[in-house]
Amino acid sequence: MIWDWAYTIEILPQMAAASLVTLQATIFGFALAAVLGLVWAIVGLLNIRGLSFLVALVVEFIRTTPMLIQLFAMYYFLPVLGIYLPAMLCGVLTLGIHYSAYCAEVYRSGFGQVDRGQWEAARVINLTTSQTLKRVILPQAIPPIILPLGNYLVTMFKETPVLLAITVIELVATARIIGNDTFKYTEPMTLAGVFFLILSLVAAKLTRVLSEKAALPGRHGQA
Amino acid sequence: MSIRARLIILLATLVLGGIYFVRSPFVDSGGVFLSAAVTTLELVAASTVVSLVIAFTAGIGRLSPWLPVRWLCIGYVEIFRGTSALVQLFWLFYVLPLFGPRIDPFAAGVLGVSLNIGAYAAIVVEASIRAVPQAQHEAAIAINLSPFDRMRRIILPQAIRIMIPPFGNLAIQLFKLTALVSFIGISDLTYTAYQLNQTTYLTVEVFTIILFIYFAIGLSISIGMKLLENQYSRGIRLGDAR
Repeated sequence: MIWDWAYTIEILPQMAAASLVTLQATIFGFALAAVLGLVWAIVGLLNIRGLSFLVALVVEFIRTTPMLIQLFAMYYFLPVLGIYLPAMLCGVLTLGIHYSAYCAEVYRSGFGQVDRGQWEAARVINLTTSQTLKRVILPQAIPPIILPLGNYLVTMFKETPVLLAITVIELVATARIIGNDTFKYTEPMTLAGVFFLILSLVAAKLTRVLSEKAALPGRHGQA
Repeated sequence: MSIRARLIILLATLVLGGIYFVRSPFVDSGGVFLSAAVTTLELVAASTVVSLVIAFTAGIGRLSPWLPVRWLCIGYVEIFRGTSALVQLFWLFYVLPLFGPRIDPFAAGVLGVSLNIGAYAAIVVEASIRAVPQAQHEAAIAINLSPFDRMRRIILPQAIRIMIPPFGNLAIQLFKLTALVSFIGISDLTYTAYQLNQTTYLTVEVFTIILFIYFAIGLSISIGMKLLENQYSRGIRLGDAR
């Protein structure tokens, strides 16, 4: 028998517990990516001489080098600088910074979709800048980017296993540890895959529903 | 960023990286980095070819009139897009040998990367074929081309032009994914960095050099894909291909 159900049931609680670590890393990482991405996008939008170029360069660098090596670099560089972080925090930081480079692009496209006339019209009816942003620009800029942002959430979720390189014991690391102990890799690895499949399908569905709910009339939540 | 800006950055990366390397303690052991870079490039090249084959097969399969073929291709894409690349790689490396012959790490690495990227690329292939105007399909039927000739001579040449820009992003994605194969013991750039760090403790130097190399290769790939994109969009007005 290649597949052992009793063994599967036995390791299920351990795997489920590990999936919580994965979820944590994803959620905190995404929160960081969403905020940092907005910062990059605004710096790009303001077109500050020097600074905007620097940010563009950093974003380009983050996007063209593998996250795994960035993770190692963070994990080994920071102690050299005298900063000692737990592996999990270091992993979340790297995830967040890596995906902020992608989120920045999403925000940029969101802002780009709002017609210039909206800014001018808001000024004509005498709204302050913060009112303009809050009541006119953001309500139009946010709904179309919910879907692409959600896609990056799902992508990030699937990239969290890389954190096992710096000893974060998440889903895949747990599967590998169980496999190493028992020499039965089939069940834990397959379970890890199934967990990912289920969770990412749920996340994708939620994103779609949210995006359709928030969609402006006549736009159907498409980016 | 424009191609010119990328080229300038690439040049700066090469110059700065070169200066950094020459002044680092690794001046005399450049061969280690070179062979690691070659391994990474081999992985990229092999995976590109294999994933293109998979992408076209699965992408066209998703449009197949036969239900079982369509289901198979849809299932493949959903599974490989829905699970983590690392799970797939470990599954190929640890689980597959239990069912059949042991495949060597390099083959497992190439297969893992290709199956993952192939699933994303299959969607691009499918969408691009769908984006070719329906009239082209009908016209090809009208002049009595066989389904194969229709695809090869009429549809694909137009669809490929639409595929190039998303393929550019996927090429970078593929390149970055190859770093993961270090987990199954292939001595690519990432694995070498890890090993050198363990043996020499020259953490900053090792990772700085490796990052320079990765950035240079990644930039070259993105410049190459942009050039290809320009080549293929020559003489086409924007939006014409849609």
